[in-house]
Amino acid sequence: MRVLAIVGLLLLISHAAPPVHAVQPDEIFADAVLEQRARELFRGVRCLVCQNQSIDDSDAALAQDLRLLIRERLVAGESDEQIHRFLVARYGEFVLLDPPFRPGTWLLWASPVLALLAGVAIAWAALRRRRSPAEPVALSDDERARLAALAAGDEERQ
Amino acid sequence: MIIELGHHALVLAFLVALLQGTVPLVGAARRDRALMELGRSAALVQLLALAGAFAALTHAYVTSDFSVLNVAENSHSMKPMLYKVSGVWGNHEGSMLLWVLVLAAFGLAVALRGHGLPAVLKARVLAIQGLLGAGFLGFILLTSNPFVRLDPVPADGRDLNPLLQDPGLAFHPPMLYLGYVGFSVAFSFSVAALIEGRVDPAWARWVRPWTLAAWSALTAGIALGSWWAYYELGWGGWWYWDPVENASFMPWLAGTALLHSAIVVEKRDALKSWTILLAIVAFGFSLMGTFLVRSGVLTSVHAFAVDPDRGLYILVLLAVTIGGALALFAFRAPAMAPGSLFRPISREGGLVANNLLLATATATVCVGTLYPLFLDAATGEKVSVGPPFFHSTFVPVMLPLVLLAGIGPLLAWKRADLEGVFTRLRVAALVAGAVALLTWLLQHGHHPGPVIGLALAAWLAASTLIEWTGRVGLFRRRGTAARIIGLPRSAHGMTLAHLGLAVFICGAVGDSFWRREVVVDATPGAVAELAGYRVVLEDIRSGSGPNYEAEVVRLRVERDGETIGELRPERRFYPVQGTRTTEAAIRSRPLGDLYAAVGEGRTPQHRTLRLWHAPLVPWIWAGALMMVTGGLVSLSDRRLRVGAPRRTVGPVTQPAGGD
Repeated sequence: MRVLAIVGLLLLISHAAPPVHAVQPDEIFADAVLEQRARELFRGVRCLVCQNQSIDDSDAALAQDLRLLIRERLVAGESDEQIHRFLVARYGEFVLLDPPFRPGTWLLWASPVLALLAGVAIAWAALRRRRSPAEPVALSDDERARLAALAAGDEERQ
Repeated sequence: MIIELGHHALVLAFLVALLQGTVPLVGAARRDRALMELGRSAALVQLLALAGAFAALTHAYVTSDFSVLNVAENSHSMKPMLYKVSGVWGNHEGSMLLWVLVLAAFGLAVALRGHGLPAVLKARVLAIQGLLGAGFLGFILLTSNPFVRLDPVPADGRDLNPLLQDPGLAFHPPMLYLGYVGFSVAFSFSVAALIEGRVDPAWARWVRPWTLAAWSALTAGIALGSWWAYYELGWGGWWYWDPVENASFMPWLAGTALLHSAIVVEKRDALKSWTILLAIVAFGFSLMGTFLVRSGVLTSVHAFAVDPDRGLYILVLLAVTIGGALALFAFRAPAMAPGSLFRPISREGGLVANNLLLATATATVCVGTLYPLFLDAATGEKVSVGPPFFHSTFVPVMLPLVLLAGIGPLLAWKRADLEGVFTRLRVAALVAGAVALLTWLLQHGHHPGPVIGLALAAWLAASTLIEWTGRVGLFRRRGTAARIIGLPRSAHGMTLAHLGLAVFICGAVGDSFWRREVVVDATPGAVAELAGYRVVLEDIRSGSGPNYEAEVVRLRVERDGETIGELRPERRFYPVQGTRTTEAAIRSRPLGDLYAAVGEGRTPQHRTLRLWHAPLVPWIWAGALMMVTGGLVSLSDRRLRVGAPRRTVGPVTQPAGGD
């Protein structure tokens, strides 16, 4: 089924740019630590002309532009947060693959916890409901009298 | 002519499906045997008609009949035969035809194998299958007819997308559909049970094997797709949390939960209404997956409007099917007889916890996948939910699940002795601790991810083996061989599948945390070094395939000064569609893959050479294969294979702990 996504994506790519590979040899930093940081950042940034690809994976020309932009800012000594802020100011939150925590996404981030709580509540309610009829119901006076009579009868027979 | 026959067969199948979907229902309500029996013959006729329609379309592909629009748009006379055939389902219309064909095949399988089923239940199951078939056949006939003719006839076709011309992709959709559609059987059984208002003892014995078959196929389908993405796309990744992938992952998660809760229904006659709900949900996610992919809604909310007929039809079908089933559930389930009791600390309790976590995981993936769509539709805000979100939400839900998977199988039914279980698992805890320590010491940098991941995998593998050796009496009693043979196959199946999960986790951890990459601009003679390997670019040659031109880059792989192999990544050009693809070359060894892909370079002489060392990646496929095999082994269990239930053996008196 992912086939279709790929097809759509390919249509985009084949019109957008000739296939080059994602990160290019000449853009890589000599400093391994800085390169590592750059790659981490790339993985969290969406390629805006692709379908669900990060700029780290993407072949598109725009993705490379974005990578170079981020690299420039890294070299300038900006923090990850500053770069994120810059990207959001320029392209909107859509550019971040890790959705920020804000009123519009509270429900999204809370969904695993809410789902688990709902599940636990349902399971607990089901267990309680099922246990209650199994609990012994007190005998009525009538039943008690009959039981006493039976017991008395047993004793007499012995 | 053959195409027109195929079209007629499709219409016939639709009409027969309508009959199958209504007459047996009336028959079941009136206890009219003749009307109920119609379901059987209808299922047979429907399958034959659809097989005819599918054969007609396949014939058009094989003979390259470009007067058929679908063939002209998706095939080419020069395409290799394998891809002419797989091209039948490599497009929207054809894949929907495959969908209904598989659905009809499952319907007939129920009709033929259901000797032991009560006639009324069987009639209703077949009727639900018929209604589902009619719904989808109506969709095909109204919006996605593969038999539309084209005039004038083009000289040649537009070819199948080159990326899809691959053996992995030839078999990925059919496996996936077997899984998706396989859940329809559990769904139909559940709806039939709801109509009836009770869960027949035969019900559980039937639902589990069908679920198992569907689950195994779906697992194989997802793994094939993932494997294809890994070696064909040239990015070296195997899972992207792409909405289309999630669309197949959600039914898998729900199906896995169903598989486990069905055990409780079968063995202990408990969790009945929950299992019915899960069956509805699992198939609901299968339908939703189809909807998400087919309607174009994933590309953007607005793409939905590009072809509103298709999207709207599936949406209505989805709403009617799932909404109807859920309404029926809300109406009938509370009245169903409660199942047997159990303590929270018991095998049943463990399986309930398994279901809770899997349901949470399913909900997480579902919300993550659909949230951008809803937010956009509701407020116009655009937000992306990508891999980082799923890593920080889905993975934490999975960790306790794996921990639990090690404990659960050792718990006794009804009421378990937790202390005794932990005593037996001391060795597993030691193994997990040792693996954690070793990982911590041996890896570069002290990242906690691999430590936790590998320790959990070791815990799961060790405790699974402890459970299995305990059952077969290894190291203790004589007659181990006899016990291995005597143990129900479903027990071996579970052992294999859980071990497969442990192996898979190792693979996922290795690749996620320890992958190394080198990217160089290279000319012949250039050398790249990576993870102890020395890779030399020997030369660049040109070649050609049946329908493409290729450029083959020969790489010599050396280790410790000795040549140990050769890699030949390619770049291909498919002139018909004017597209280029890259063919990665992979040297796969148990401890990891050496992966090479080439791209265009700085100058015409240069090539961008991209090398990865991806540790433990083969474990991902091995783990998936073990899970599938485990499913099939379990399916071959005699109790399930025989199918016809023996009335004398109630679920409670069966030997406890087959699974």
